[in-house]
Amino acid sequence: MRKPKLSDEDYPTTGHEWDGIREYDKPMPRWWLWTFYATILFALVYVVFYPAIPLVNGATPGVLGWSTRADLAAEVEAVSLRNADIDQRLLDTPIGDLGADPDLTRYATAGGAAVFRTYCSQCHGAGAQGAKGYPNLQDDDWLWGGDLEAIVLTLKHGIRDDGDDDTRFSQMPAFGDILETGEIDALTQYVLSLSGQDHDADLAAAGPVLFEENCASCHGETGLGEREQGAPNLTDAIWLFGGDAETIGHTITFSRYGMMPAWNTRISEAQIKQVAFYVHQLGGGE
Amino acid sequence: MSFLRHHKKIEVNATLLLVLSLVVVSIGGIVEIAPLFYLENTIEKVKGMRPYSPLELAGRNIYVREGCYVCHSQMIRPLRDEVERYGHYSLAVESIYDHPFQWGSKRTGPDLARVGGRYSDEWHVDHLRNPRDVVPESIMPKYGFMLNKTLDGAHIEAVLVANSRVGVPYTEEMIANAARDFAVQVDPDGDWEEMQARYPGAQVRNFDGQPELTEMDALVAYLQMLGTLVDFSTFTPEASR
Ligand code: HEC
Ligand code: HEC
Ligand code: HEC
Repeated sequence: MRKPKLSDEDYPTTGHEWDGIREYDKPMPRWWLWTFYATILFALVYVVFYPAIPLVNGATPGVLGWSTRADLAAEVEAVSLRNADIDQRLLDTPIGDLGADPDLTRYATAGGAAVFRTYCSQCHGAGAQGAKGYPNLQDDDWLWGGDLEAIVLTLKHGIRDDGDDDTRFSQMPAFGDILETGEIDALTQYVLSLSGQDHDADLAAAGPVLFEENCASCHGETGLGEREQGAPNLTDAIWLFGGDAETIGHTITFSRYGMMPAWNTRISEAQIKQVAFYVHQLGGGE
Repeated sequence: MSFLRHHKKIEVNATLLLVLSLVVVSIGGIVEIAPLFYLENTIEKVKGMRPYSPLELAGRNIYVREGCYVCHSQMIRPLRDEVERYGHYSLAVESIYDHPFQWGSKRTGPDLARVGGRYSDEWHVDHLRNPRDVVPESIMPKYGFMLNKTLDGAHIEAVLVANSRVGVPYTEEMIANAARDFAVQVDPDGDWEEMQARYPGAQVRNFDGQPELTEMDALVAYLQMLGTLVDFSTFTPEASR
């Protein structure tokens, strides 16, 4: 049976009185009190099951043995187990043969795209379109080589990364210290002429000899570039740093030193394979 | 339950209430916080941690001054998505020389705890000068002015002293050589061997590519060493911790 509701008069007062105003001494609401007891109970149960009380060397581990690190390890393990078969196939298949297997093609392309968005897009652009100083990876103009093996090598050891002993390396001299300003101007005009751009033919006349003496060892007799040195082709319309007279003059005077970190310490071999495959199929792979 | 009636004494005596509340709160604090300072399982022993070199420390101060922590955390949590994106989860010991730590609480931009070595110096300079030059979608502010603000290292010794007062183990030798070490880290042609012996793994380069030593040099030197001191190819943290 429900207790009849008490009227206010039935409650005692605290005995305080201010200017005729008195204060009831009512109990706390039931729901509130029970919630309060429930939280205490919850805490006691929690202490038993989860890490809680600090002791001398560590906290009590709790009967569930819960740990964020172990959770993470288990989750990573579970995911790699789910992909274990295809990962093994990916590693066992020479990179040149990936394209022959539709499953692996799909896996490498999707995985490679994810790696690219995470690690590469900041420099090469979200669509691999490149930016000044960061090569476009969609075209068939390669500095260091565009077949799968060459791309893998570039990725593993980076370019001019002094932390990696096998990194791809070359260094164009800063010709500002070597040549006269007039000679640099002549070379600038000559380089413009190589790619068929408007140029000052009088100035460029001195170019071929200067180019032969100073530049051909890396960029080739005809300016077609040299992949062993990562020296760009100067005869096409594709520029890493820029093909206008001012930028070319700057490049010759101060040189450039494009650097890409080595990735073999940061991402796994399977990921390197995937992203190399992804880059290769963007359009320019050889 | 007659003792409950004594509770009334506390309720009517404000000073007593205050004192006893403080006692209760400090018990909570002591139980929760104090053990973190001695428990072995909070701060593991690792090889490689060292105090910041003077240049890195100056860079760190710029990072704090500019409020980079408002948009960037430096704390990779042990969650799969974070570990796959940023690298190994952060260890408490990796912030041991940070006063104050830069864990942050908001990620408008990515976590930076292991950004060291992930980009080139040139990329950092390009990016800080105008983030949209390299990442067209970026909403990060420009910090190009740092290229024009030269640093002379006049107060760097005092900065090291201040850090040593709050517990960073800078030796007298480190403090005495602070200004020299500060300048030599951007000078690959200089005598940097001693500096590197004091701060193993400190990278020596002209970080911003300009002849002057600027705030950009210091900030990039700091960014390039973040998260690189502990070698996770030789150290595996205990999973149970
Ligand atoms: C710090 C910026 C940066 C990041 C991040 C970066 N790269 Fe690069 N990458 C460069 C630069 C700069 C070059 C050109 C270096 C040069 O001047 O020779 C380059 C060159 C390359 C080349 C060689 C291109 C050629 O023509 O031979 C490939 C392939 C490449 N990157 C792929 C990648 C992939 C895949 C990733 C992600 C795993 C990546 N890069 C991440 C900066 C970066
Ligand atoms: C030691 C080899 C070497 C020599 C000699 C050399 N270069 Fe280069 N050059 C390079 C390399 C490597 C690059 C690419 C730099 C980079 O990627 O950071 C380059 C880049 C360039 C570029 C920029 C191309 C672009 O796409 O933006 C121009 C222009 C250029 N060189 C012109 C010259 C001229 C002119 C000379 C002779 C005065 C010369 N180089 C001599 C190696 C060389
Ligand atoms: C308004 C928020 C904001 C502030 C303040 C800010 N950043 Fe950023 N930052 C971003 C965003 C968003 C990105 C991601 C887009 C990009 O790469 O620019 C980013 C990216 C970065 C990256 C590249 C990280 C990566 O792995 O891709 C670095 C390094 C960085 N910021 C450094 C700094 C430094 C140093 C400061 C202080 C001088 C700073 N940021 C201040 C928002 C901010």
